[in-house]
Amino acid sequence: MTTLSVDRASRWFGNVVAVNDVTMTIGPGVTGLLGPNGAGKSTLINMMGGFLAPSTGAVTLDGEPVWQNEGVYRHIGVVPEREAMYDFLTGGEFVLANAELHGLPDPGAAAARALATVEMEYAQDRRISTYSKGMRQRVKMASALVHDPSVLLLDEPFNGMDPRQRLQLMEMLRRMGEDGRTVLFSSHILEEVEQLAHHIEVVVAGRHAASGDFRKIRRMMTDRPHHYLVRSSDDRRLASALIADGSTAGVELDPAERALRVRAVDFARFTELLPRVAKENGIRLLTVSPSDESLESVFSYLVSA
Amino acid sequence: MQIYNTTVARLTYRGLLGRRRALLLFGLPGLLLVVAGAVRLLAGRDEATAVGMLGGFALATVVPLVGVIVGTGATGPEIDDGSIVYLLAKPLSRPGIVLTKLAVAAGTTIAFAAVPTYLAGLLLAGNGGRIAVAFGAAAAVASVAYAALFLFLGIVTRHAVVVGLVYALVWEGVVGSFIPGAKALSVQQWALALAQETAAAGTVTSEVGLPLASALLAVLTATATWFAVQRLRSLTLAGEA
Repeated sequence: MTTLSVDRASRWFGNVVAVNDVTMTIGPGVTGLLGPNGAGKSTLINMMGGFLAPSTGAVTLDGEPVWQNEGVYRHIGVVPEREAMYDFLTGGEFVLANAELHGLPDPGAAAARALATVEMEYAQDRRISTYSKGMRQRVKMASALVHDPSVLLLDEPFNGMDPRQRLQLMEMLRRMGEDGRTVLFSSHILEEVEQLAHHIEVVVAGRHAASGDFRKIRRMMTDRPHHYLVRSSDDRRLASALIADGSTAGVELDPAERALRVRAVDFARFTELLPRVAKENGIRLLTVSPSDESLESVFSYLVSA
Repeated sequence: MQIYNTTVARLTYRGLLGRRRALLLFGLPGLLLVVAGAVRLLAGRDEATAVGMLGGFALATVVPLVGVIVGTGATGPEIDDGSIVYLLAKPLSRPGIVLTKLAVAAGTTIAFAAVPTYLAGLLLAGNGGRIAVAFGAAAAVASVAYAALFLFLGIVTRHAVVVGLVYALVWEGVVGSFIPGAKALSVQQWALALAQETAAAGTVTSEVGLPLASALLAVLTATATWFAVQRLRSLTLAGEA
C-alpha cells in the first residue's frame, strides 16, 4: 500500500474551484507539494486523506478509493495542519488513544515507540494545552506514526517550527522516505521543499503546474523572465545599450515612474550585464529593483510555461 | 462492526466533562434540587405541586437543556475545532462512532437530568402516587431521544446549540402551549405519556397515548441516529485554504 493516485480530480466549493483537473501519482520516497497559499494544497491533501470527496475524478490508494473507505487508514497516517487535538489530554494519553483507535494489539507499546520516535517522552505527562507549537507538531506526528503507516500525509508540517525542530522533522521524514514509505508534505516555501523532497509537485491556483525533481523545478524558476524597474542618470541611453544585448527581451520607458522597465530572459547574464553597461557608458544606476519577485508571479510563470 | 468503542467513549466523556460547559451540567440539576428542596420546606409534601414542578420545570426545561448541552457537546466541538480528524482517520466504523457517542450522551443526560428529576420527585412527593418514579422514567426516555436529536444537530450544523435551544424553549415551550396540534409533536409530551401510564391514575396527563408516544420516540431516536451516521460518513474537512 504505497501509491497514491490522483486521477483528473477536481474539487469546487460553490462557485470556487479549489482543485482543477489534477492528475498526479505519489509513490515511495519524500514528495513535496509546493504552491503559494490558497493554491489548493490543503484541498488536495484532504482529498488524498479521504476527508473530502473529489467533485469529479478519483483519488485512490493502490487502486482503492480513499473517500468513504475507512479501511485505508490502516495504511495512511495523517498530520493535519490545524492545531486542535483534544487539548484536555496529556500528550501520552493522546497518542495512546490514537493507538487504541487503530485497534493495535499492544497500544501501550506502540504509543511509547511513537513518542520515542518524535522525542516527546519528556513531556508526555503534560497536558497538550500547555504545549508549544513545535511540541504539538511532534505529538501530531507521533499520533500519525503510531500504527506504522506506509503512507504519511503532512499538511504544512513546518509551519511555526523553529530551525532546530525543522531540521529534526526533516531528518525524520527523510529517514521514513528512505525506509520506502510514501511521504507527502505540503509547503509554500521552495527552500524547504528543495532540502527535503526528491520529487516536487507544484500546484498553482488549483492547477497542477509542474512535476519533477527539484533541480528541474529550480531551473524553471530561475530561467523565467525577470522584470526589473531601473532608474539611472540617463534612462534613454541605458535602454539602448541594454536592448543591444541578447539577455534582455524588452525595455520600456515608463514616463509616469520616470524609470525603465526591463524584461530579462537570461537571469545570470543580465545581472552581470547591467552594471557593466552602466559603467562603460558612464551612467549612474539609481534604482534597480525586481518588480516580480513574489512567489505568486514565480508560480504563475510556471503555470503558463 | 464494532458498535461501542471504549476509547471513543472515553474521549467523549472527557470532552463533555472537561470543558467549561460542564459547569452548566452541574448547575441545572443543582438548581432543580435546590428549588425542589425549597418548595418542600415552604409548602410541604404535595403531589399536585410535585407534578407541576416536575412537568413544568424538570421535564420541560432541565431535561431538554441538559440534552442540548450534552448532545451537541458530544461531537460539535470536535467538528468545530477540527480534532474530529483524529477519530475519522482511523479504521473505525462510522456507525460505531455515532452509537458510542449516543450511548455516552444518553448516559450523561440521564445522569444529569433524569436522575435529578427522580430525586426532586422524591423530595417533593416522597413515594406518593409513584410520581417520582413516573417522572424519572419519563425523563430517562426523553434523555435518550434528546441525546440522539441533539447529537445529530451537532454533526449537521455549527449552530447546533442555538437551534437546540430554539427547539427546546420555543417549540416545546411556547408553540406547544398555543397550537394544540404542535403539542403532540413534542418529546416532552411523549415522555409525559409514559409518566401518565406509570403514575397513579389521574395525577399526570399527556396529549398523546402511550403506544403512539413510544413509536414516535423510537422513530425520532432511530432517524436522528441514522442521519447522524450518514452525515459523519460524508463529513468533509475543508481546512483553512
